[in-house]
Amino acid sequence: MKLEELVGHVGGNVICCKEGLNKEVEYAFASDLMSDVLTLKNENLVLITGLANIQAVRTAEMSDLSAIIFVRNKRVSEDMIRLAQENGIVLIEYPGTMFRLSGMLYNLGVKPVY
Amino acid sequence: MNFEFKVLGGDFVRAGNASSQVKKILKQLNVDASIIKRIVVALYEGEVNIVAHAYSGVIKVNIDTERILLMLDDSGPGIPDIGLAMQPGFSTASPIVREMGFGAGMGLPNIKDNSDEFSISSEVGKGTHLEILVNLKVT
Ligand SMILES: Nc1ncnc2c1ncn2[C@@H]1O[C@H](COP(=O)(O)OP(=O)(O)O)[C@@H](O)[C@H]1O
Ligand SMILES: [Mg+2]
Repeated sequence: MKLEELVGHVGGNVICCKEGLNKEVEYAFASDLMSDVLTLKNENLVLITGLANIQAVRTAEMSDLSAIIFVRNKRVSEDMIRLAQENGIVLIEYPGTMFRLSGMLYNLGVKPVY
Repeated sequence: MNFEFKVLGGDFVRAGNASSQVKKILKQLNVDASIIKRIVVALYEGEVNIVAHAYSGVIKVNIDTERILLMLDDSGPGIPDIGLAMQPGFSTASPIVREMGFGAGMGLPNIKDNSDEFSISSEVGKGTHLEILVNLKVT
């Protein structure tokens, strides 16, 4: 599924890098622990996290993630947007919980990593 | 090719800058994307460890056509028991480090996992030295 289609289904506010919305999403991983994210080998993966800081975006940069969805109403900061723009990473704010969003993506057929 | 980067303990805003630079260099050299990912993930965990656990450090990068060698040297408290530190889940990270999304005790094992050759040595009260070697050719 394209990221754009996914956002259409679940809602959420695309903060930056709309040009990345045509990327394919196959897997999702939900975690606030960046070291766990850094162990993943999958491509076409979107990260669901409540950790809204610069290191979440750094982690996405190093792991070649196409998008981060920030749950629980966490706000994306200016320096996060700047780093995301440099690397073409889509940042999305989502008002619900991690559990709600994970359930929705699972129902849409987005796959768990394991 | 040789590059050198300085890393400051406690500076979580800039943690990852060196890894980001190295990623750009490797992309320009047309290294395979999956190999770049292994290199920068390992380097990023090492860089974060200097920021999280040491006072300051230097990252030296040596690249030739065959492989990349990353040498991370820090001044810091050192690691009293390397065997223990290498175990998945072992961490002495502070609450501040945990707030930054690290401190799960997965860093060192993941660095080793992403390396073709890995070595670590440390002297308590002095600092820690990591060597990470990754072959650049797809095998
Ligand atoms: N550069 C370093 N200087 C001092 N201690 C370190 C360093 N790197 C790692 N350590 C020690 O090894 C432990 C495990 O490291 P790691 O696996 O990266 O997990 P984490 O950083 O999440 O705690 C750390 O909690 C710390 O006690
Ligand atoms: Mg670590």
